[in-house]
Parts: sequence; C-alpha cells; structure tokens
Amino acid sequence: MFAEKVIELIKEVDRNPDTIDQYNDEKIRQIIEEMHLLFKLNMNDANATTENRSLWTTVQVRHSALERNKRCILAYLYNRMKKIKTLRWEFGAVLPPDIRELLSDDEYQWFSKYSGNLALYMRSLGQDIGYSGIDLTENLKPPKSLFIEVLCVVDYGKLELEDGDVVMLKKNSRHYLPTSECQTLIRQGILKQIM
Amino acid sequence: MESTEELQFSDDEEEVTAETVLKTLQCAWQNERLSPEILPHQNDMVECMLGQIQHMERNINKLSKTDLRTSIHKMEISRIKFIICNYLKTRLNKIEKYCIPILNQERQRIETDTNYLTPSEYKYAQEYVLNMENHMKNVVLNKMPGNMQVFEMNKMAEHPNLQTHVFLKANETINGVVLEDLTGEDEEIDLEEGSQHILQYKPIADLLKNGKVTLL
Repeated sequence: MFAEKVIELIKEVDRNPDTIDQYNDEKIRQIIEEMHLLFKLNMNDANATTENRSLWTTVQVRHSALERNKRCILAYLYNRMKKIKTLRWEFGAVLPPDIRELLSDDEYQWFSKYSGNLALYMRSLGQDIGYSGIDLTENLKPPKSLFIEVLCVVDYGKLELEDGDVVMLKKNSRHYLPTSECQTLIRQGILKQIM
Repeated sequence: MESTEELQFSDDEEEVTAETVLKTLQCAWQNERLSPEILPHQNDMVECMLGQIQHMERNINKLSKTDLRTSIHKMEISRIKFIICNYLKTRLNKIEKYCIPILNQERQRIETDTNYLTPSEYKYAQEYVLNMENHMKNVVLNKMPGNMQVFEMNKMAEHPNLQTHVFLKANETINGVVLEDLTGEDEEIDLEEGSQHILQYKPIADLLKNGKVTLL
C-alpha cells in the first residue's frame, strides 16, 4: 500500500507527545525511496497515456500518495522542531549528550541556529536604554518567594551569587538560595528544590 | 507614527508615573495572553519599565542587605520582571507558531507604518522562517522527486483561530458592534462601559487593538 510507512512515522510522534524520540533516519529514507518509485512509475505512465486515458486514474492516485508522503514527512519534521524548541527553553544553548544523540545532525544544526537567533533577540531587548538584554529563559514561573531551599544533587563546585557571596555546592548539601539564581541549575538537574 | 507617538508622550509626560506604566503593561500582558492573534507591540512600555527596574535596583544596592525594604523591593522587581519576560515570551511563541501569516501581514503593515512587531521581533521571525525552510529543504525536500521539492509556504502556514470566543470587558461605551452570523444575518450590539461579555474574537479585534476593550 502507498503511504503506509509514513503513517507509522506519524504514529510514532503521536504516541509520545511529550518526549522526543530518536530521529528515524531509516524510515525517512525508505519513504523517500517509495516516493521516487512512485514518481518513476507515474512518469512512465504519463508519457504513455497522452492518448490513452485509461491510466489517468492510476497516475492521479499515485500523485496523491506522493503528496501525502510529502505532507506527512513535513509534519513529522515540524513536530520534532517544536519539541526541539522546548529543549532550548529547558536546557539552554547546550544540550545534555543523551538528548543530543536523539537529534539528527541537521536537526542539531537547526537547534544551534534557533538558539543563536533567540540569543540575538534576547540580547537586543532594551538595548536602546543601555540594557545588555534580558534572558527570557529565566523567570519561567511566577515568583513565589525570594529564596528557596535546595538540595545539591551533584558535586558542582563554587557558585558565586550576584551579591558577591560564594557558596560551595557539594553533593547532598542543603542551601537557602535566591530563587532567580538557581532556576537554571535546577533545570539542569544540579539542584533540587525542597518543597 | 513615531512622531505622533512622541507628541502624545510629551503632552502627558508629567502624568505618566511608574504605576500607570506598570498597569498598562499588565493590561497588555493580559490581552496578549488571551488573544488568539498577535497584538501591536508595547515596546515603549517595556523599555520604560526596564528603565524603572534599573533605577530601583540601583536604589536597593544603596540599602544594607538586612534591611527589610531590600527584600520587599526585590520581590517586587522579580514580579515585574516575570511579567515582562512572560509578555515577551508569549509574543515570541505566537510569532513562531504563526510565523508565515504574521510575516505576510507585517510586510504590508510596515509599508503603512502600522507595524505590530518590534524591529527585533521582525528580524527574529524572518530568521525563524528562513531556518525552518532551509532545514526542511536540507533534510527531505531536496531528496524528493523533482515536482515535490517546493517548500509550499501556504501549506505550511498555521493561522490563528479568530473565530474563537473570548471574555472581554468594555472600557467605554461602544455602539454598533457588528456580529457576523453564518447565515448572513448580521446582528448589531452595544457594549456598555464596564460590562462584560463573551464574544467571538474577530468582531472585537479592532476594539481590542484600540484599547476600547480588555480581555479577561
């Protein structure tokens, strides 16, 4: 059946709406192969049928299959792009290696471009009044209190706070830190908030 | 546009306090979060508020760390910062989601100088679409058979749903809002000052942009 593989691809995305899967290189290659095959068949028939109309429907069905394949592949890519975008907001410009592996090289390149573009935009914020930009990836949640209690999960080392104090972040140590300064570390999994 | 705005500003410059700026900004934030499409930017307000924050931060630094006022002011600043960040982020999300129609409309709006996006937002949107197109082309489109290689902007475009319903409050009495009906029978209604309604977004879009209604 035409366009069967591409449905599997779509289902794959649909099954895990919140997480990102390994980029399915193999399947994409197969689908594009199918497209080339369909295209070739169509070309042959189309050339043969300039007088004979009996093959027109066949050609049309194949053409629809081609369009469907294209549309579904693009939907697959677009959906992944959306997920990769959220990665940028969660992890920042540097992806953890295990997640990096899930992206194809092209996707990683897109991620870097997206990240660069976003950084450029954020730097431009408030430039007219002498600001050096705002990091929009901070302040993701409404602030509840100035300080929060956090547990350090890994040996991180020294962290210098905005006011100049230096805290030693050691594994299993507890700290009482300004919320604004540990959000990124919490997202990176270095600190854990104690409720 | 720019010059008229400046004029307006200088006219009531004495009246613009930090409080009114914050209120306008909060209102803009609320509207932006609730409207399906992107609204005209409020860059002046954002920049003004950022200036205020800078000023406040400088004042705080003069206080001693243990002063009670420090923590209260810091909390206030972080709340304002959150509003600004969230406002800008909501806009970015919309720009990314509806990038193609927004860019098309924006091109016309720039000609008449009624642009909705700030220059950097516009640049961001252009770059975003370009990246998307290049990515799609590199990964699959270029490998497809000849007649399938085109990147069809229209097919990729996602449009905001202007038919969605919104809660709104009228800031002033507005007469003769035309509500379109699918059957072609238009209905005209009047919104009284301070009254609240649930209406389709499309008929009130212009009122919202003029500041005559607020979304709730």
